[in-house]
Amino acid sequence: MKELFPRKQLLGFVSSLILTIVALLVYFLDFSFTVGLTILLITAFTQAALQLVVFMHAGETKDRGAIYTNIYYGIIIALLTIFGSLLALAWGYV
Amino acid sequence: MEFFERFAIPHPSPAIYASMVAIGLTVIAIIVGLTYFKKWGYLWREWITTVDHKRIGIMYLISALLMLFRGGVDAIMMRAQLAVPENTLLDSQHYNEIFSTHGVVMIIFMAMPFIIALMNYIVPLQIGARDVAFPRLNALSFWLFFMGAMLFNISFVIGGSPDAGWTSYFPLAGNEFSKSVGTNYYMIAIQIAGLGTLMTGINFIATILKMRAPGMTLMKMPMFTWSALITNIIIVFAFPVLTVALAMGTMDRLFATHFFTTGNGGMDMLWANLFWVWGHPEVYILILPAFGVYSEVIPTFARRNLYGYRSMVWSMVIICLLSFLVWVHHFFTMGQGALVNSIFSITTMAIAVPTGIKIFNWLFTLWKGKIRITTPMLYSLLFIPIFTIGGVTGVMLAMSAADYQYHNTMFLVAHFHLVIIPGVVFAMLAGLTYWWPKMFGFMLNERIGKWAAWLIGIGTCVAFFPMFISGLDGQARRMFTYSEATGFGIWNMIAFFGAIMLAVGFVLIVYNIYYSTRYASRDIPADPWDARSLEWATHSPVPEYNFAITPDVNSRDAFWNHKKNNQKLFKGDYQEIHMPNNSGVPFIMSALFFVFGFAMVFSVWILAIISAIGIFACMGHRSLEKDHGHHLSVDHIKETEEKLGGANS
Ligand code: HEM
Ligand SMILES: [Cu+2]
Repeated sequence: MKELFPRKQLLGFVSSLILTIVALLVYFLDFSFTVGLTILLITAFTQAALQLVVFMHAGETKDRGAIYTNIYYGIIIALLTIFGSLLALAWGYV
Repeated sequence: MEFFERFAIPHPSPAIYASMVAIGLTVIAIIVGLTYFKKWGYLWREWITTVDHKRIGIMYLISALLMLFRGGVDAIMMRAQLAVPENTLLDSQHYNEIFSTHGVVMIIFMAMPFIIALMNYIVPLQIGARDVAFPRLNALSFWLFFMGAMLFNISFVIGGSPDAGWTSYFPLAGNEFSKSVGTNYYMIAIQIAGLGTLMTGINFIATILKMRAPGMTLMKMPMFTWSALITNIIIVFAFPVLTVALAMGTMDRLFATHFFTTGNGGMDMLWANLFWVWGHPEVYILILPAFGVYSEVIPTFARRNLYGYRSMVWSMVIICLLSFLVWVHHFFTMGQGALVNSIFSITTMAIAVPTGIKIFNWLFTLWKGKIRITTPMLYSLLFIPIFTIGGVTGVMLAMSAADYQYHNTMFLVAHFHLVIIPGVVFAMLAGLTYWWPKMFGFMLNERIGKWAAWLIGIGTCVAFFPMFISGLDGQARRMFTYSEATGFGIWNMIAFFGAIMLAVGFVLIVYNIYYSTRYASRDIPADPWDARSLEWATHSPVPEYNFAITPDVNSRDAFWNHKKNNQKLFKGDYQEIHMPNNSGVPFIMSALFFVFGFAMVFSVWILAIISAIGIFACMGHRSLEKDHGHHLSVDHIKETEEKLGGANS
């Protein structure tokens, strides 16, 4: 019985609902811009990771290595691009 | 009548009217010819609906060669205009349009399809696969690219060409300064072609990771396949940035948003930033497959295995990361501070290191090799010194303080042509000559081929070396004329001669194709160059299923060891082969994309909505359709194999 019960999926589903509700709160409640955006960023990325791992089965096949390498590489490139752009266009701009 | 005014050319000239007539006549001639020879059915069944990676490769190849000539004509016109001071062959507006379309056509519609053509044809063969991972998607990639290219190319006869440079910097590219629909064409045509490229990227990563023959570990893959893998990874990570930038640019132009405007919270520099976040990786997307070709050609004709396989792979992996870390070097002069510029100067210089490693590996492969100078080898040998000059001047440009002097001069133009031409064009011509017998079952004439190679090699030097000098003397790029007093005249005249030599070289290549098609012997072995990798283990031309028996790989040079050391490559008997079915949907969907793009360019909303619905209908059809492919029977395989010259084990 225990093996048949989709505990992981159920927990994943509930967590993704909670994440959605928290993100929605930003719209309905009156946060400052910074706080609101922080909440949105955090919930968005957690949500994406959750979907990938729990519902899209990253890591459950033998391609796990390739899939995670790709995801990490993607994250690294995205961060470098964003912070590089900020550096060039905002922080380092004189 | 008012409705039709938008299609008029804003800045016409007799040459454009002549082209209109020529295009019209060509289209009529093609239609009449196809009808007269009853070839419509053949065209539809064998080519338009095909999902075979080899045929798609050949279609990419033809498109690339056509675009090479379109871009080449642009180039000759520019060089002719600049050959003497105060020339009036072209006016400034036409000059602007020509250098803009030249850049886009050469990079996006010539170099990209050329590398994708070779990847399509060769990669599945090199890894012993029957096709790519998603054959239908592959057809869609091609047709999207093709429709994007056609949309871009009609701009000069309908509505006007883009004229804001191939980089299309805002605010110049915004509505305020670019009033014609030219820049709409730029935004939308590149978008459509870019979607195709992105799909190619995904397709080839999946193919290379999942479809290799048994025993072929990653570290046993041929170097061209390695370069294709890395290239496609860069495509998948770089092209989305272009997609987003183009979408924002389109919205700025069509829907009055303010992403890149100078007022209302827009930021024009953001375009330059996003463009080069894609743009610098793009130059490595172009150069890596070329490196792959050289890594196949040089060992074959030096008759040695590739020196430093591991370091070749690692240098590409490092390039894959570093190529995303240098983009700011394209706008050192835009106003960021010294700290930012220094950081990007250093990353830029760092990228020259893995590139240098590769050059040394090729030199060491040549060292003590038994070199045979064939046409592909000649291109490779011409590549090494010329590319090195291009690379070294790149490092000069990479010093941000010095770049204030070089930036936007002919010096920069010389740099990138001296990396791109030996890097991409020579490599593609080398690859074309090298794999031609595999594709078509006969060889290109070596004598004519070598003449062409020498002309193109020397022509490149003659055309671009003088620009280093005139550039350092202050000749700016993208200027349609200059006065006699500047003294640039002589350098530009020399460059014009170089351009003529290049043109003659390309004409010779066309002549060679014609000549060899007529006269070359069809009786050639499957492995005419005595080469090393798996694509030579099957027949030429290749049967639709590639390999009758999937090869078994147990070393890096499996085919070489099979030939020289009697290792068995094909074990077991023929079995039924499962092949994908043809489909017309990719073509229809891409044609709808063309209509959609055209409607968007001219803001004909009703047509845009109708064609968009059509596009979604095609996707819906694909989701619901049941298509299990078909099977080739053992008898059929036996028959084909016998016809092609017996079992090949
Ligand atoms: C040795 C490695 C290389 C270095 C250090 C390097 C450096 C640079 C720098 C600093 C610039 C900008 C200069 C300026 O705008 O003032 C530049 C421009 C350019 N490079 Fe390179 N480069 C290298 C290799 C390549 C390769 C391999 C390609 C293509 C296959 C390439 C294609 C281009 C193009 C197309 C531009 C000019 C784009 C434009 O403004 O229209 N470079 N390079
Ligand atoms: Cu660059």
